[in-house]
Amino acid sequence: MALKLPIYMDNAATTPCDPRVVEAMLPYFTEMFGNAGSRNHSYGWAAETAADTARGQVAKLLGCTDKEVLFTSGATESNNLAIKGVAYMYQKAPAGQSGRGHIVTCTIEHKAVLDPCKRLQKEGFDVTFIEPPADGVVTAEMVKAAMRADTILVTIMWANNELGTINQVREIGALCKERGVIFHTDATQWVGKMPTNVEQDNVDLLSLSAHKLFGPKGVGALYVRRHRPRVRLQALQEGGGQERGFRSGTHNITGIVGLGKACEIAMAEMERDALRLAKLKSKLEAGVLAQLDSCVVNGNAEKRLPHISNISFGFVEGEGLMMAVKDIACSSGSACTSASLEPSYVLKGIGVGDELAHSSLRLSLGKWTTEAEVDFAIEQVVQGVKKLRVMSPLYDMHKEGIDLSSVQWAHH
Amino acid sequence: MPYGPKVIDHYENPRNVGNFGTQEQMKSDKRVGVGLVGAPECGDVMQLCIKVNEQTGKIEDAKFKTFGCGSAIASSSLATEWIKGMSVEEAAELRNTQLVQELSLPPVKIHCSVLAEDAVKAAINDYRKKNGLPDMAEDHDHAKAG
Ligand SMILES: Cc1ncc(COP(=O)(O)O)c(C=O)c1O
Ligand code: FES
Repeated sequence: MALKLPIYMDNAATTPCDPRVVEAMLPYFTEMFGNAGSRNHSYGWAAETAADTARGQVAKLLGCTDKEVLFTSGATESNNLAIKGVAYMYQKAPAGQSGRGHIVTCTIEHKAVLDPCKRLQKEGFDVTFIEPPADGVVTAEMVKAAMRADTILVTIMWANNELGTINQVREIGALCKERGVIFHTDATQWVGKMPTNVEQDNVDLLSLSAHKLFGPKGVGALYVRRHRPRVRLQALQEGGGQERGFRSGTHNITGIVGLGKACEIAMAEMERDALRLAKLKSKLEAGVLAQLDSCVVNGNAEKRLPHISNISFGFVEGEGLMMAVKDIACSSGSACTSASLEPSYVLKGIGVGDELAHSSLRLSLGKWTTEAEVDFAIEQVVQGVKKLRVMSPLYDMHKEGIDLSSVQWAHH
Repeated sequence: MPYGPKVIDHYENPRNVGNFGTQEQMKSDKRVGVGLVGAPECGDVMQLCIKVNEQTGKIEDAKFKTFGCGSAIASSSLATEWIKGMSVEEAAELRNTQLVQELSLPPVKIHCSVLAEDAVKAAINDYRKKNGLPDMAEDHDHAKAG
């Protein structure tokens, strides 16, 4: 069967919507279009029932109670609400003063965590950004070393979106519990792919986004623990008092129904999918590495999601590489700095040198990735890198045994 | 980054990829000039080599190797195509603006063409140095973006 080009290997950026999800959503556009806040008629009741059902579906996937799930517009909003909402609620000094409390996070978090943390830093909170080791995995030990007496919040992602590396969430959660510190995790890349249980995993707040798990874009959820401890948040968006006042705004019912359905499907299928994808990912990495020297798979080899692969190719340049793999829709570490494209801060954050950070690909597989697509990707990546290496003066020098760091480069 | 058809053509079928032997061999050949510009950490390195006919003073062959984006590859490929058959003096007149125009490079890609011009100049200077001639003077400014 002919492949549809370009093949899609950017499932960590977003996933296609499962047709079963779309089907579940459709009636809520046209027939059951009510406002869940309308108490006086069946349109409103139908919408409310739909939101309740979806809340249950999300809760089941997370192992929490329905009341602990808040609907948001996605992981960015969930992260903002969790981080700022906790900071403002648990602050140790009022606005305008310093020493308002300490937050622990990590340098390779998503921008939707880093930027809220930086904002709080400007507003008088102290933030420690843990610098992860070369394998990208954040451990409880590292968090422990960063904690202070005035730490109010630890926010560490469950799995990294660029590397797929998995952090020691359960252990970090246990540490936080022991210290009485609130623990938030951005689980956008994790939920729906890997088994999650906020009780066993000691999580107090968790962000997720529907479009990463074959649901629609623009909808997500924040899990907020209600018992041991009861986590309080300051609302950031005020208005009609929806979502128990934590998140005002008319419910995005179609999106919420889609999120719920996507969670229900994930619950049933993620284990099987993960096994299949892990095999495909191994095949992909082995296939590329067997045919190309001077390549590295970034991030810890074992503690990694089954579907994300981040590979750096020595002696080829990022943008040239993207052209060479034009039939594969994927992400790159970026290109030449002269075009003011910075290499990925995540790769830099785990100590990958600028040169390799520039020439890396993130290939992320999804539910509908086929073995034929993986074979195609191996072929195109290998051919592309080989072609670029024939053109690369650096690869020549490398083969001639010239140490590139000893060359007098004409910087410009 | 969408590329124009000429950039794509040079990228897909680069002209004159190669060199005239190893770095050592090229260093000891007086007919050969090597220009190596850029730096790996900037994401672009271009090596452009010329071979000059001692009788005619013309560039009888030119080769490139480029570590860089599609525009950098196309600029160096096109530059080798153009300077082949030129005298060294003529080749020294090559301007990045000519490459920009021929390849329809957008403003963010102008520096890729500057790199190619610099590589040609560096190769010519290397050739001149080997043959006891002074460097050519920098006598103009590059057209820059913005
Ligand atoms: C780890 C992580 N956090 C947050 C986000 C942002 O999610 P959303 O686009 O739903 O706001 C993403 C996706 O881009 C992500 O991968
Ligand atoms: S070489 Fe820098 S963008 Fe082309």
